[in-house]
Amino acid sequence: MKKIIILGGGTAGTIMANKLRKALERNEWKITVIDKHRTHYYQPGFLFIPFGIYNRQDVVKPKMDFIPAGVEVLFTDVDCIHADNSELVLTDGTIMKYDILIIATGAQTRPDQIPGLTEKLWYKKIYDFYTIEGALALREFLKKWEGGNLIINIADMPYKCPVAPLEFAFLADEYFTKIGIRKKVNIKYVTPLSGAFTKPRATRMLSDLLVEKNIEIIPDFYLERVDNDKQTIVSYDGREIPFDLLTIVPVNMGDEVIARSGMGDDLNYVPTDKHTLQSKNFENVFVIGDASDIPTSKAGSVAHFSAEILFENLMSYIEGRPMLAKFDGHANCYIETGFGKGSLIDFNYDTEPLPGTFPLPGIGPFGLLKNTKTNHYGKIMFRWIYWHILLKGKEMPIEPLMTMAGKCKKC
Amino acid sequence: MASKTYAGKTVEVTDEGYFVNSSDWTVEMAHEIAKEEGLSLTDKHVAVLNFIRDKHAKGEVLTIRAIGKSGIVDIKGFYELFPGSPLKLASKIAGIPKPSSCV
Repeated sequence: MKKIIILGGGTAGTIMANKLRKALERNEWKITVIDKHRTHYYQPGFLFIPFGIYNRQDVVKPKMDFIPAGVEVLFTDVDCIHADNSELVLTDGTIMKYDILIIATGAQTRPDQIPGLTEKLWYKKIYDFYTIEGALALREFLKKWEGGNLIINIADMPYKCPVAPLEFAFLADEYFTKIGIRKKVNIKYVTPLSGAFTKPRATRMLSDLLVEKNIEIIPDFYLERVDNDKQTIVSYDGREIPFDLLTIVPVNMGDEVIARSGMGDDLNYVPTDKHTLQSKNFENVFVIGDASDIPTSKAGSVAHFSAEILFENLMSYIEGRPMLAKFDGHANCYIETGFGKGSLIDFNYDTEPLPGTFPLPGIGPFGLLKNTKTNHYGKIMFRWIYWHILLKGKEMPIEPLMTMAGKCKKC
Repeated sequence: MASKTYAGKTVEVTDEGYFVNSSDWTVEMAHEIAKEEGLSLTDKHVAVLNFIRDKHAKGEVLTIRAIGKSGIVDIKGFYELFPGSPLKLASKIAGIPKPSSCV
């Protein structure tokens, strides 16, 4: 019996388990998913929790609900991957051999990487909204807050869901307006980037929106530490910004098992061929989702699109054929812009987000780089699609590779 | 596209002054580019430039944090060597493309 181990049962790992179990004979291939945690979080939903739009039940389900029958699941941490021997060691010492390893261990927030971040103001006046704990604690804080300096800061690149802090800014503007204290809240968006976003056209559109909503952008700010006594954030070039409430995207890093196994770069991401999704160092190791170092967004849409490509390549690999499917870095992100509207960006390694329309049979078209109500409903509907279609690896009316249909280069 | 002459050699650069072909670069050119940016290069600067050129040649994504772990400078030192936006400035002087954050 041949063995596939999928390390990580999040978005990417779950999709792969579903696709592979359907395609591979049960008496030829054993598939095992290994994960530390039993709970599957709908991470895009965390953003809505601080504002009371979603609550815990909206974003939490058991992982087992999404893993198909015929797949073995082990809830345990892995001590080390010995890729040279095609085996890994569980924390209890059990050695597991594999023919193919799929690394889908994701990326985690690491507040411990910034001096001063997790000291006396942590979860008192400093919150993250990338964990369920942070999002829920921030919800409680916001219920009582009467206003002041709200600093939204991104500690470092890359981080998961690159548009989320912008969406947080827009939703905060709406929230404080609706509860009548917007005039008492000074919102600043402090980023290590040179503008609101990385790609020129999206940056222009999003900067205009920030200005329109009276949110100040402070660019090129690379966070060194948090000063708990002065209640400021301090950059490496010595700038200080005071806060009454700091909502932060901490440094993101790949899982520690990658570091323990000596398989990662300086942020624990696994060097990966950006087209085939094969590990650069081990031919029977493949990497999908946030765990890889491929130069595109760390986002669920990327995990989903690249799963189609990885599936094709794994089938070729298993059958001894050349791996011809090539991932193009396709990412697709809804951007909540507040007051019931949203925008949409769709891009890949080579094409920046362009304006135009995004065709989606049955539901769309959605407006690209436009601020519309339809886009907002797209985002809201997506949660249902995620739980019921996407995780189960079912077919969706959207192509894995980016299409130029509807996009306008000269607009 | 534009062209610039450094150390007696004409090279193709982008509108923002980044080299189009990183293989055109020499350390003599780096000194002249740095001068345009108001910097005078020390050995430490050059060591950093070589480090990021090496990373770039290997196709690795450059981050300020990675340079802080290079063993050549820490992040604070990197800011002191290349003030303002150190990664962009250093990339320009090192003759490699403008760093793009791939989000």
